[in-house]
Amino acid sequence: MIRVRRRKTDANDPFAAEDHRDTDSGSEVGFGGSGPSPIVPSRSVAGRALVVVVAIMTFLSCLTVGLVMLVTTAAGDWQADIAREITIQIRPIEGQDMMPRLEAAVRIAEGQPGVRSARALSEADNNALLEPWLGSGLSLDALPVPRLVVVTLGDAESLDVERLRTALKADVPGASLDDHAMWTSQLATVARSVIASGMTIVVLMLTALVLTIVFATRAAIASNAQVIEVLHFVGAENGFVAREFQKHFLLKGLIGGLIGGGAALLAFLAIEVAAGSARSSTVVTQAQALLGPLSIGLPGYLVAVAIIFAVAILTAVASRVAVHRHLSGLDQR
Amino acid sequence: MIRFENVGLRYGVGPEVLRDVSFHIPPRSFQFLTGPSGAGKTSLIRLMFLSLKPTRGFMSAFGKDVSRLSATDLPALRRRIGVVFQDFRLLDHLTTFENVALPLRVAGKEEADYRTDVIELLRWVGLGRRMHAYPPILSGGEKQRAAIARALITQPELLLADEPTGNVDPPLARRLLRLFLELNRLGTSVVIATHDIGLMDQVDARRLILVDGHLEVSE
Repeated sequence: MIRVRRRKTDANDPFAAEDHRDTDSGSEVGFGGSGPSPIVPSRSVAGRALVVVVAIMTFLSCLTVGLVMLVTTAAGDWQADIAREITIQIRPIEGQDMMPRLEAAVRIAEGQPGVRSARALSEADNNALLEPWLGSGLSLDALPVPRLVVVTLGDAESLDVERLRTALKADVPGASLDDHAMWTSQLATVARSVIASGMTIVVLMLTALVLTIVFATRAAIASNAQVIEVLHFVGAENGFVAREFQKHFLLKGLIGGLIGGGAALLAFLAIEVAAGSARSSTVVTQAQALLGPLSIGLPGYLVAVAIIFAVAILTAVASRVAVHRHLSGLDQR
Repeated sequence: MIRFENVGLRYGVGPEVLRDVSFHIPPRSFQFLTGPSGAGKTSLIRLMFLSLKPTRGFMSAFGKDVSRLSATDLPALRRRIGVVFQDFRLLDHLTTFENVALPLRVAGKEEADYRTDVIELLRWVGLGRRMHAYPPILSGGEKQRAAIARALITQPELLLADEPTGNVDPPLARRLLRLFLELNRLGTSVVIATHDIGLMDQVDARRLILVDGHLEVSE
């Protein structure tokens, strides 16, 4: 076994004369204060392109998740609002007074568990509801217009809708019950569709991101083939090489994720601030009427932050797998 | 140390580039591996540093049957072998110091533990003043010496040098040869692949001669 240290004073040193022994001082030699250079070169055009792609993908994923959360919350609110009320409609019947039937309907409804209150709409309320379709100033007395009883629910779960419907049918001629089941079902379908579409888009974008990373890793492996070969013949284990690439891509993924996710968070903040400062604007008012407050809330921000880190980890793991596969191929030659 | 018995090698479905190669590299030995271009010298060197596996025959490295080695066994064995390539294969984004320290770094050692050894080795090969230089600004001779220093830093039992004087002028080639002889004197087995007859004539050493994939040993 050779002993490098002993050669310091060896008169046979072939390059001793050339070296003059006036080397850099030992304390200044080595990796310096900034630590060792990364084994995988950190700066490359492909690396910058990857950061941009990761940033765009993260931005779009965060925006999609934010919009999905906004619509989901709004759909939940709509459903809750609709489910809090049911309506009893009483058709006019020849020879039967309307008022006793209205009172009977109110009494029956109030007697049901889960009902907070029941109120018959007055003729004026009825006319106001019909005004947008029939115009104002029209006398509806001559027309057979149904009357409505609005039933407000306290605890929708404990109300037996079928029992109420049967009771009304038995005691109030011409009465029918509308529990808005069709509306709530349609809203639930719309909300589920929006969530499924949004999640599909996010999954597709993350899949595209993984594939982009795999291609970027392969490109990095190809452009760093010499680095890998040198590491291999100086005795590096596959895990060491994979870790070096993983570090490289984790950094790229984190930078891209922070840029894209940060931009999305700023966009959410900007929408909130703009909505807050332009409350009188018709567009904002209509949007808020439809979607509720234009804010993704704390859960939305947390999900966006989670996406940033998920993207960084995904980048690192995808690169590690790609490098391991490449190295396994090298060893099987 | 390294033993070949009737070893054959082919790439894919191509013809055999090495046929029935048999030889032994004893400890503390010095030998040249020579032959015309395309005779298979580089393939034989790659077999010896376990970058390739024989397609037939028996090969052992440090007493282990190479055909039974798993991928996880290879790094430890490769650390016992130093390799110097004709094209140096230094990493351009690392300084000379970092290039030479690379084998220790991949072995998980801390810089503080090996800094002195790397500096002394760099001084020994005459690169004491070029430690912070990056390979692209080193001369051919300096790159060759940096590559040699990298091969030696782990104090390997076997040094394989593929055309180590192919890119340097005759005076530097002689000095590099003195360096290899000095290493051998200190206990390292040395195999130098070269087709430079002038270089081989300077040393009375065993010659492994490859012709058309066949090996002859001239003692």
